[in-house]
Amino acid sequence: MSAAQVTLRGVTKVFPASGGGEPVHALGPIDIEIRKGEFFAVVGPSGCGKSTLLELIAGLTAPTLGEIELEGRAIRENVPDGVGVVFQEDACFPWLNVRDNIEFGLRQKKMGTAEKARRVAAVIDMMGLRDFARSYPAQLSGGMRQRVCIARTIVAEPRLILLDEPFGALDQQTRLLMGDEMLRLWRETGATVFLITHALDEAAMLADRIVVMSARPGRAIDLVETGWPRERDSRIVERENFGALTSRLWKTLREESLKTMGRTGSST
Amino acid sequence: MEDIARRILKDDGANGQQHMSRLRLYQLAIIAGFILLLEALCLAAVIDKITMPPPHIIARDLVRMVADGRYFGDIGKSLANVLLAFATAYVLGVATGTILHGYRTARDILDPLFATYYAIPVFAFYPLFIVIFGLGDGPQVLIGILLAVVAVIVTTLNGLDRVPPVLKKTARINGLNPLQTALRVTLPFCAPYLLTAAKLALAYAFIGVIGSEFIMARAGMGYEISYAYTNFDNATMYPLILMILLLSIAANSLLSYWERVLLARRGQK
Repeated sequence: MSAAQVTLRGVTKVFPASGGGEPVHALGPIDIEIRKGEFFAVVGPSGCGKSTLLELIAGLTAPTLGEIELEGRAIRENVPDGVGVVFQEDACFPWLNVRDNIEFGLRQKKMGTAEKARRVAAVIDMMGLRDFARSYPAQLSGGMRQRVCIARTIVAEPRLILLDEPFGALDQQTRLLMGDEMLRLWRETGATVFLITHALDEAAMLADRIVVMSARPGRAIDLVETGWPRERDSRIVERENFGALTSRLWKTLREESLKTMGRTGSST
Repeated sequence: MEDIARRILKDDGANGQQHMSRLRLYQLAIIAGFILLLEALCLAAVIDKITMPPPHIIARDLVRMVADGRYFGDIGKSLANVLLAFATAYVLGVATGTILHGYRTARDILDPLFATYYAIPVFAFYPLFIVIFGLGDGPQVLIGILLAVVAVIVTTLNGLDRVPPVLKKTARINGLNPLQTALRVTLPFCAPYLLTAAKLALAYAFIGVIGSEFIMARAGMGYEISYAYTNFDNATMYPLILMILLLSIAANSLLSYWERVLLARRGQK
């Protein structure tokens, strides 16, 4: 866990003016290195460009300035091979059952039908979805639907998994359990995970390293190493230094959050 | 706990089905009531026999007409033209809507034209179509297409507008090109809208083809109705009208059933 898998150098995103308004400087310049196999999280105030950052790495949009590389190859509005994304919004296809939703992740892959079926079955088991394989998304809870989206992502065996606030729409208990699931999948797949979240405890619980972003335009203003062992789950919150870690994140983030609300200062 | 949840879901489903059955019953009662009212008005001579025979006579004449197969040629010709107009308008409309959805400027230009399209009396162009296509089935099918196609384009655009951006992003992440995205993601998502478009297209195709046969044709259900009308032949005219009604209702009911199944699967009904 040392070589950089993703490198961002001076990445800046400015959205052009629309409707007679001013151009929006959403992000950067930002420099980040994500190491191969690590669980990397980004926290920041609302509107700081976290999701834009994820879309840039996914190749869904191009940076205005700067360079992004995945395993040494440039990403510029081209979705690179080996990248999977789980979005916050429900991205299940309502007309497909759970099995077909998961298999969708393999449609473009060149492999035999038997191999596809084997991989889908393995992921269905891994995600605890066997009893729901023939169910349609409308018959599932929000947490189950998000599991289907995660399953659809990991069935393609990506080397880099990008998570855009994937548990944002779930209740606290489900979030903790899904966090455990995510840690388990991270260990089992060996993939690198890049998590965007607004929940400090979630970032502190899941990540090896956490970047704190400033208010818009988002820049990296702090980088925190959690120092957690690879074998961990949500019980990590019971550790003595967990509180200190989230306090440090909040201390950095509080000022930035106040800025987005149009206020500054350090009132308690 | 899961058992309780399943039971609640099952109860909800059963209640929903009971509610739907009750609605169907009310709908049938309204139709039956209307037919009975017509029957009573005809038998009491409030509606005289020359204007309209009682419904039971119309039904009897329809059964006889079907039994002796007198108008099968006309029925077949009309239905073939309706199906041709429907299929052409549908394929053309869905394809145009899908392509247009990707071009904002073209859509901005055409949207107001679509909005005013149905103010144009398409039937007024019938003489022109005869000059261009002759006296065959061409003009009738063309009018059916012209009436149906814009409804399909507008409904397809409406459906595509509702595709959540996250599904398009998912398609890109999975390496789908624009055509694959349309065929595998956006069009399947708006299938309920495409079924509505099919229902509209079918209704307009019926109106266009049968209406055209009224004006100038040598065969077809519309022609036979018009011929019977000018000859005071109620025993032919009303059964044919009833047949058109039944065929149209049957086709629409089939599409509505399909729509209900689709929406239920998506938890939307």
